[in-house]
Amino acid sequence: MSATIEIRSAPHVKGGYSVEKIMRHVVYSLLPVCAFFVFQYGISALASMVVITATCLLTERFFVRTGTQSGSISDFSATITGLLLALSVPPGFPLWMGVVTGFIAIALGKALFGGIGFNVFNPALVGRAFAQAAFPTAIASYTASFLPGRFTEFIPSSLAWPLMIPPETAEWLKLKQLDALAGATPLGQWKFEGIVASAVDLMTSLGGHMAVGPSPLLIIACGAYLASRRFMDWRIPAAVISSAGLVASVLYAYNPSHFPNPLFTLFSGGLMLGAIYMATDMVTSPVTSRGVWIYGGLIGLLTVVIRYFSGLPEGVMYAILFANAAMPLIERISQPAVFGAVATKKARRSAAFSLETPASTLRESKDVVIPIKVVSNNQPPKS
Amino acid sequence: MTTAVQARNFDEFMEGIWRQNPVFIMVLGMCPTLAVTVSAVNALSMGVATSFVLICSCALVSLMRNVTPKEVRIAVYIVIIATFVTVVDYAIQAISLALYDALGAFIQLIVVNCIILGRAEAHAAKNPPITSMINAAGMGIGFTIGLLSLGVVREILGAGTLFGVSLFGANFQPWVIMVLPPGGFFVLGSWLLLFSWWARRKEVAKNV
Repeated sequence: MSATIEIRSAPHVKGGYSVEKIMRHVVYSLLPVCAFFVFQYGISALASMVVITATCLLTERFFVRTGTQSGSISDFSATITGLLLALSVPPGFPLWMGVVTGFIAIALGKALFGGIGFNVFNPALVGRAFAQAAFPTAIASYTASFLPGRFTEFIPSSLAWPLMIPPETAEWLKLKQLDALAGATPLGQWKFEGIVASAVDLMTSLGGHMAVGPSPLLIIACGAYLASRRFMDWRIPAAVISSAGLVASVLYAYNPSHFPNPLFTLFSGGLMLGAIYMATDMVTSPVTSRGVWIYGGLIGLLTVVIRYFSGLPEGVMYAILFANAAMPLIERISQPAVFGAVATKKARRSAAFSLETPASTLRESKDVVIPIKVVSNNQPPKS
Repeated sequence: MTTAVQARNFDEFMEGIWRQNPVFIMVLGMCPTLAVTVSAVNALSMGVATSFVLICSCALVSLMRNVTPKEVRIAVYIVIIATFVTVVDYAIQAISLALYDALGAFIQLIVVNCIILGRAEAHAAKNPPITSMINAAGMGIGFTIGLLSLGVVREILGAGTLFGVSLFGANFQPWVIMVLPPGGFFVLGSWLLLFSWWARRKEVAKNV
């Protein structure tokens, strides 16, 4: 009787997962969301998406080529960054700003740290945070969705000349028989005018000409696909949503006239997109099982705090970036107990070892088959 | 003057501009570098002011190097530097009040600029006046170049102008972040990245 044991470095059990495969499926699951975004805003959204993603890919290619960054363009991670970035900026975001933002996202958010697997912050959010600080007006100018003629005509701000101020969209909206208010996001309307949009409209994104992103329900469905295929840790979005919902409910119960209802908070802005696609970035989220709950809880709490108590209408981006920064600390405090280890007590002076060898330390008995050892050079076994 | 002396003096002069550039190589004097480089004019005047103080105080420190007791040398340097900073302070106030307000406390803070104190301690205290003035002039110009390269980028992107002259017309979209403190860090980081990349390329080329 004989057996063979192969000695090689981890991982020993193959699940058939690879970075490339996971990232490819994230892109697949993002496609319906992107299609919905194009359906809402027409060719402007399509152009913005193509330009930003292309910039991200070219930047990635450049830094991989020059040897400053690990990874490869074929692993789809830059595609995800580009698509998420395009989904998180307004559809009429000037294309030249999209190029700047896409470049910053990959160069500053990823290449500088050494490429895929080394970045501290979510690259898409680094790009968006830069755009928020550099172009505060452009990134806050949304336009109404489902405008007539959106598939034949660009939003005027999209085609601004490079380095120039994008033209005002208010005039253009007036031509479409819409008031200037139509360009405000539901969160902005709540923050500055006290109008709370209906939660059902927000869930589907289909209620009239609202200036919102793709439907949160669609995003949840796409996220559920990823979670069911185990390409995403479902606990992170669960923690974000439950924590944001809990904090919002407590505040709503405390003062219903001042704070919006929790459903509005959950389905407005980029909370769903952030919770499902950005907070779950495998590189920048914790791996420990208690850690993911702390991490998600922190994001939900900070989002609600920033939205309700700061000058900004939306807080998901800063909440996630903040939690990314806190990630190593979260992992440190949430280390799981090592299997078989007992809580260590202070060493006692009188501690003594048993003279008898405990039965569990006997590793071999006479009838055990001793396997033949084969040292492999880390190549998969040839069958 | 023989050619050997000329060559040595040239080396002393170039040291601050290139090999030991205070901003890009030694990364000294970061406080004014990040704070006043919002526009090219501010950067240039800050550089000129610092260079003036640097050259004059190095000359004086060098002249007094044999009579300065070792125990109180730092205090002596500070008094010398502070004297010239006061001169510069009043001069800038007289020339342009707007510039004086834009530079703010950073003119007075030249006193504690580590480039100047470092030069006084490391070079002027050990070398004759002419040599140390040449070295100080190189350092001052190197510092001015460093400030200018930050100031030019930040002014072009942050305001669309260069030395106050509009480059892109009235429709320019300013990059707000460039005139904010993070912009200073971004631009400085990018320059440092560029120089270290260049240095590494030269190293690789030499080894091949």
